[in-house]
Amino acid sequence: MRRLALLLPPLLWLGVVYAGSLLALVSQSFFRLDDFTGQVVRVPTLATYRQLLTPANVDIAVRTTVMAALVTVADVVLAFPLAYFMARYAPPRLKAVLTLAVLLPLWSSYLVRVTMWKLILAREGVLSWGLEQAGLTPLLDRLLALPVIGGPSLSISPIGAFLAFTYVWLPYMVLPIQAAIERVPRSMLDASADLGALPARTFRDVTLPLALPGVAAGSIFTFSLTLGDFVVPGALGNSSFFIGQAVLAHQGTAGNIPLAAAFTVIPMAVMAVYLLLARRVGAFDAL
Amino acid sequence: MAAERPAVSLQDVHRHFGDVRAVDGVTLQIRDGEFFALLGPSGSGKTTCLRLIAGFDRPTAGRVELFGAPADHLPPYERDVNTVFQDYALFPHLTVGENVAYGLTVRSVPRAERERRVAEALELVRLPGVGARKPAQLSGGQRQRVALARALVVRPRVLLLDEPLGALDLKLRQQMQTELKAIQERLGITFVHVTHDQEEALAMSNRLAVLNQGRVEQIGTPAEVYESPATAFVANFVGVSNLVQGPLAEALAGSPAAFTVRPEKISLLEAGAAAPAGCCTVDGRIQDVVYLGPHTRYVVEVAGGAPFTVLEQNRERTSGDVQAARGRPVRLAWPRDANRPVGGAS
Repeated sequence: MRRLALLLPPLLWLGVVYAGSLLALVSQSFFRLDDFTGQVVRVPTLATYRQLLTPANVDIAVRTTVMAALVTVADVVLAFPLAYFMARYAPPRLKAVLTLAVLLPLWSSYLVRVTMWKLILAREGVLSWGLEQAGLTPLLDRLLALPVIGGPSLSISPIGAFLAFTYVWLPYMVLPIQAAIERVPRSMLDASADLGALPARTFRDVTLPLALPGVAAGSIFTFSLTLGDFVVPGALGNSSFFIGQAVLAHQGTAGNIPLAAAFTVIPMAVMAVYLLLARRVGAFDAL
Repeated sequence: MAAERPAVSLQDVHRHFGDVRAVDGVTLQIRDGEFFALLGPSGSGKTTCLRLIAGFDRPTAGRVELFGAPADHLPPYERDVNTVFQDYALFPHLTVGENVAYGLTVRSVPRAERERRVAEALELVRLPGVGARKPAQLSGGQRQRVALARALVVRPRVLLLDEPLGALDLKLRQQMQTELKAIQERLGITFVHVTHDQEEALAMSNRLAVLNQGRVEQIGTPAEVYESPATAFVANFVGVSNLVQGPLAEALAGSPAAFTVRPEKISLLEAGAAAPAGCCTVDGRIQDVVYLGPHTRYVVEVAGGAPFTVLEQNRERTSGDVQAARGRPVRLAWPRDANRPVGGAS
């Protein structure tokens, strides 16, 4: 009984407030908006999902998912060596400094950091100016002229959104990977070497598989945070919508709660598929 | 074999960590094919010695040789030496079979041979048919056997065991002692066994080295180490000893040089009873009695020295008898040749 009391507050919170609102949200997606009256028709229907599957909306979903995937890959590539260094090689003091450096950005407002990227990436921003000083403007122009990832300026292009996303979610990737690598006992690395494995082989066959749950945990953050975010593309001024912006627009100005709700189902479905795939490739085997 | 080359040779090996001299000038030779124990309390440097032999660590000074060839700069993966780790260090993401096969996979041994040797190794440690399970699904004793199989499957010339039985309960530990010894005799390879358990070291090894504070106190067979401890430390760490020194030593042995007597060599006689010829005798009073089932430990206070510990078998006495002995005056007697002189008396 007393042990159950420990669970009660979080159960109430997660069970009622969280799961309840989630259920309400998902049920909204099975209603539809009457185009003439602008009222929500509370009769179960798949009409809203049909609307979700129009090319423009599918475009938004694909763009967001691809962005989330690329941001996740970039964060893994950046975070893994850093986390590995912090866990294995950094002496205590350097490790404290590096941990602080990873965490420090989280102390400032997320909006401030995103706005800062606007200042860096804008046409008149720091980066363009720097490239101009270096005589690399033609290179930037050629980059921005590329189809799909290009745009009028770095800030408005998908490249800009990619850079800002990769930056803001990086700490969420570094910390779980670092924790996972630190948890690998020294004796396991010794055992691998003892059995004849060269250091590279030990890394591939022991360290990497055991660090994978950390990578999976980090990627759940980076992936889901990108899928639902509307601040980064909004602040940078991207003209093509991401899922978060579509939800914001549909539930706000357009008042189309059912479609907004249907849009939120996409990240959930994508995450579910992602987690199943991660489990299939054995990302959680070492847990 | 013509010239006897030791399997492992440490020559004045040091390993210092900052100011701490974990290993402080250890010299020892381990013969090919023997079961050698490194015995010592925690912090005595025995595990560091093992790590130096395995190649996980490099000596600060001194030489490590394996089969006559210098090994100081060989990494672990180039040594014919394998280790069973204290925490077993099984890879949790691999099955038991994959764990045992690891050393063979790394060496690119063909699949058919690999499977055969893994099955053989699991058979050897009497754990057939668990290859498909994950280490987490096994008991502590089973994991220990898997770790042993994983180290033996690559056919090392020297097997290092780092307190492998420490985490097992008493019954299982005694069973594994017998089994390890049998496996060693069957394979004929050198085993180096690190332990803090003196009984384990005496029971299993052909020879042992007693380590203390990074130095070797004594090297010898179990009988030599137990019966003729070279130092007061060995006398007390390997079994229990009564250290006799100063005026009492002079009164008993005619010289102030310290000596030790094992508790089981001493007889408890009635106060004033005549002792057989050639015995040392001391009068005292039983201060404490600890009934241990098959035998009883008495603590006897004596004039002019530290209390004696005496161990007597409970052949005829009952627990009631031994408890009633508390406070009784007694005479201790033991044959004079049970006295063992010690060098480094404290």
